[in-house]
Amino acid sequence: MKLFSRTDKSFLGRWWWTVDRGLISAFMVLVVFGIVLITTASPPVARHLGLGEYHFLIRHLIMLVPALGIMFFTSMLEKRQVWRLASLGLIGALLAMIIVLATGMEIKGAQRWIHIFGFSLQPSEFAKPCFVIVAAWLMSLQKTRENFQGNYYAAGLYLFVVTLLLLQPDLGMTFIVTCCWAAQIFLAGFPFRLLLAFGGLGIVGLITAYFSFHHVHSRINRFLDPESGDNFQVEKSLEAFQNGGFLGAGPGQGSVKLHLPDAHADFIFSVAGEELGLVFILVIVLVFGFILLRGYNRLMESDDMFTVLGAGGLLTMFGLQALVHMGSALNLLPAKGMTLPFISYGGSSVLSMGFAMGAVLALTRKQKRSGVSKGGLSHSLKAGRRIGKM
Amino acid sequence: MIFQAAMRRNAIKIEGERSSSLGLARGRLVLISGFFVLAYMVLAVRAFDLTILQGELSQGGERTNGAEQASVPAPGDILRADIVDRNGVLLATTLETASLYADPRYISNPQVAAEGIVKIFPQLSFGDVLQKLQSDKRFVWIKRGITPDEQYKVLEIGEPGLSFRAEKKRIYPQGNLISHMLGYVDIDGHGQAGIERSFNKYLGYGDPLALSLDVRLQHILHREIEKTVKDFDALGGAGVIMDVTNGEILAGVSLPDFDPHNPGAAKSSAIFNGLTLGVYELGSVFKIFSTAALFETLNVPMSTTFDAREPIKIGRFTISDYHAQDRVLTVPEVFMYSSNIGSAMMGQAVGTDALQGFYRDLGLLDPLDFEIKEVTKPLVPSPWGDVHTLTASYGHGIATTPLQLVSAVSSIVNGGYLVKPTLVRTASEDKGRSDVRVVSEQTAHRMRQLLRLVVTDGTGKKADVPGYHVGGKTGTAEKPGRTKKGYDHSRLLSSFVGVFPVDAPKYAIFIVIDEPKGTKASFGYATAGWTAAPAVSRVISSMVSVLGLAPVDQVASSPDFGSELKQFISVKGRHEG
Repeated sequence: MKLFSRTDKSFLGRWWWTVDRGLISAFMVLVVFGIVLITTASPPVARHLGLGEYHFLIRHLIMLVPALGIMFFTSMLEKRQVWRLASLGLIGALLAMIIVLATGMEIKGAQRWIHIFGFSLQPSEFAKPCFVIVAAWLMSLQKTRENFQGNYYAAGLYLFVVTLLLLQPDLGMTFIVTCCWAAQIFLAGFPFRLLLAFGGLGIVGLITAYFSFHHVHSRINRFLDPESGDNFQVEKSLEAFQNGGFLGAGPGQGSVKLHLPDAHADFIFSVAGEELGLVFILVIVLVFGFILLRGYNRLMESDDMFTVLGAGGLLTMFGLQALVHMGSALNLLPAKGMTLPFISYGGSSVLSMGFAMGAVLALTRKQKRSGVSKGGLSHSLKAGRRIGKM
Repeated sequence: MIFQAAMRRNAIKIEGERSSSLGLARGRLVLISGFFVLAYMVLAVRAFDLTILQGELSQGGERTNGAEQASVPAPGDILRADIVDRNGVLLATTLETASLYADPRYISNPQVAAEGIVKIFPQLSFGDVLQKLQSDKRFVWIKRGITPDEQYKVLEIGEPGLSFRAEKKRIYPQGNLISHMLGYVDIDGHGQAGIERSFNKYLGYGDPLALSLDVRLQHILHREIEKTVKDFDALGGAGVIMDVTNGEILAGVSLPDFDPHNPGAAKSSAIFNGLTLGVYELGSVFKIFSTAALFETLNVPMSTTFDAREPIKIGRFTISDYHAQDRVLTVPEVFMYSSNIGSAMMGQAVGTDALQGFYRDLGLLDPLDFEIKEVTKPLVPSPWGDVHTLTASYGHGIATTPLQLVSAVSSIVNGGYLVKPTLVRTASEDKGRSDVRVVSEQTAHRMRQLLRLVVTDGTGKKADVPGYHVGGKTGTAEKPGRTKKGYDHSRLLSSFVGVFPVDAPKYAIFIVIDEPKGTKASFGYATAGWTAAPAVSRVISSMVSVLGLAPVDQVASSPDFGSELKQFISVKGRHEG
């Protein structure tokens, strides 16, 4: 099927031939998996909450429309439009987070949500990718512009975002944002000893969290010593995988979704394991791995620092979030509620992932080779990389 | 754009710097990719560990869940074997079912959870459940052995503290139908009664057991006894269908019965197996034995007469006739009119020792040797005086179980070979039939003729099924008085034993009804001829269609099997019931 001819010079034609269609396909695969899994996982959860059987499924499907719209829209933007949009988004999200903190209601011990059109939105979800893009832009600008202290601005911005997150408190998001920023610093070429220093600070931060937040304290204790307390969700999750076995109990046949109130969101990987078995789990892991490797590989070909830092940070966020979700379900990491990108239910997370991956697609689009000097440069760099690789 | 302008201005200077920092970034991209590859590989390995090593390969083994215990497969892990009938129909099987328990620590809302549970299991009381859910324990049973449907409903409550454990449950697909023969198991799967008890070990090894029972006949017998009990407002009833050639029990019923899934809920009278544990003075059906003893020991002709005009008085006993004929009776007349006086005189003629010995040979004086353990000793007069010889001739003063009686009748009508009752299907055709002869072929023949006569002309007319040559004998016994003095005329034990086809019997059907009360339809009679005999007739009618036995055309066939005895019958009298 040829949607657009190679010589098509229209806007969509150019988009089609420059965007990474492999990544788009992989995202769509995840979206389809997500619909399937939410279809089986969410009705019991909805019934427990006294909602209609397909409450979550319908909302998920509704949310997918703007999420995919945002992804495709963002993927068509020019780079500078991407960071402009991200800047605006960041400002809006940070303002919303402040408003939530000031007025928001508390759900499950944290102030995170804002209610619009019957949907609860979580501004911090949007702040996350926007911050990554803006930080990337600030740091890359330092490299191209003299006397511009982009790194310091980025650091200041980081501290501001993290402060807002800790006030909610939302440690999971703090962790992700920190890791993304660390990855960006790493990519930006900071010396290892500085990174080690940051790592040390991170550990200090974790220890502080351990002693200052009760739920972190108990959760880590429970991870380190399962006998010490209530490990219900993790126990159920492990049972789910054991029940699932190689081929799974069959679609709809699982019982973990009946036990876990977050089966459709934070434990959807367990539902997948129980109903569809090891084979399907491995497929999911492979798809995530494919997206990451393909994305990073695409960055190798880029000669633009903003692209490397921005898309690198966003891909790290994507991969890390999946890693924490799957790791929690498999009890490799302390239980941490985190959605599985594009699969889990969660309006804000789906929308923000749509934007983040749209941005990755936009940044990794193949560049027009109009300028002779630019073309020559990218050419020489490519050659250099090939030699370096060998 | 400032950014682009700056870039252009410093293009030369930055070019080198940028390419070096991009090179560094690429190297570090490889490191980050490597990190994710490793991390995802760990995920995959862990997933394999959980689903395969801890999942598929350790079914029943140790689980991460500390509550479940590690165990090596022991005999207890083998599912208790099925019990099937002679045609392979499932009578008892073991299913893995879920049992509901609660871990009160995880119960978030005991009130709501208890309400939900009681809604699903109306037999549980709300207060009890609530109390359990609020206890300090970490494990309380709520309901054991629930159905998948119930399990799903419990899951729907969405209470994290409610969990399930897989347990084995014994299921009896036929429900009450065979409860006394099969018995039941306790919650741990140990047989507590019937076949389940006596074959407990065997079934535990996992080999299916085929019984001699035929579920179709069991159903027929159950239905007809139930109907008779109901029609005559009786206390209960019991019955057997036996293959007279080898003693195989094709059906065995004792009413009232119970649900073997829940024996605890049944009354003790329902658990009581009337067939093997009930000892009754069965009355006139015993005349089969005293008459056979007469032929066997004295070899008298049919024309021998007994004077039944005067009741016999021995000590404080008076033996009189229910269907009094007030005349001298021949052997066939004594039998068909069921004359107590005549039978007593036969017993007297046989003599105490001979009669006692004959009864012993038939297995009427010793506990039944049977596959299920709920058997009891017959009540035998001790010491056995001459008066007991008289009463035992017509079935009083001696109490046996119905199963013993059927076995003894079978042993006579089958040609004289002693049969032992059995509930387990015999592999070969002739097994179960012993070579021990209790009566001669001639006596067996004469007894069959007499049994036929009772149905054609005597007290058992209502037992006949045209075309199938039914023979039989009624027995209407008064139950011993509650005050332990004499007998109670209003409390009867009405029974009928039928055999067919009478010329070469294959089946013996016995039904006893405990305290039937006369109805309008029976003109107030509750005697055997009005209660048990018609029931046997209905059983046979249903049996023959199930077994596919063709009727014999009576008009075309030679004179009736019992008709040659008609010469010994002088006057036609009244002989209902």
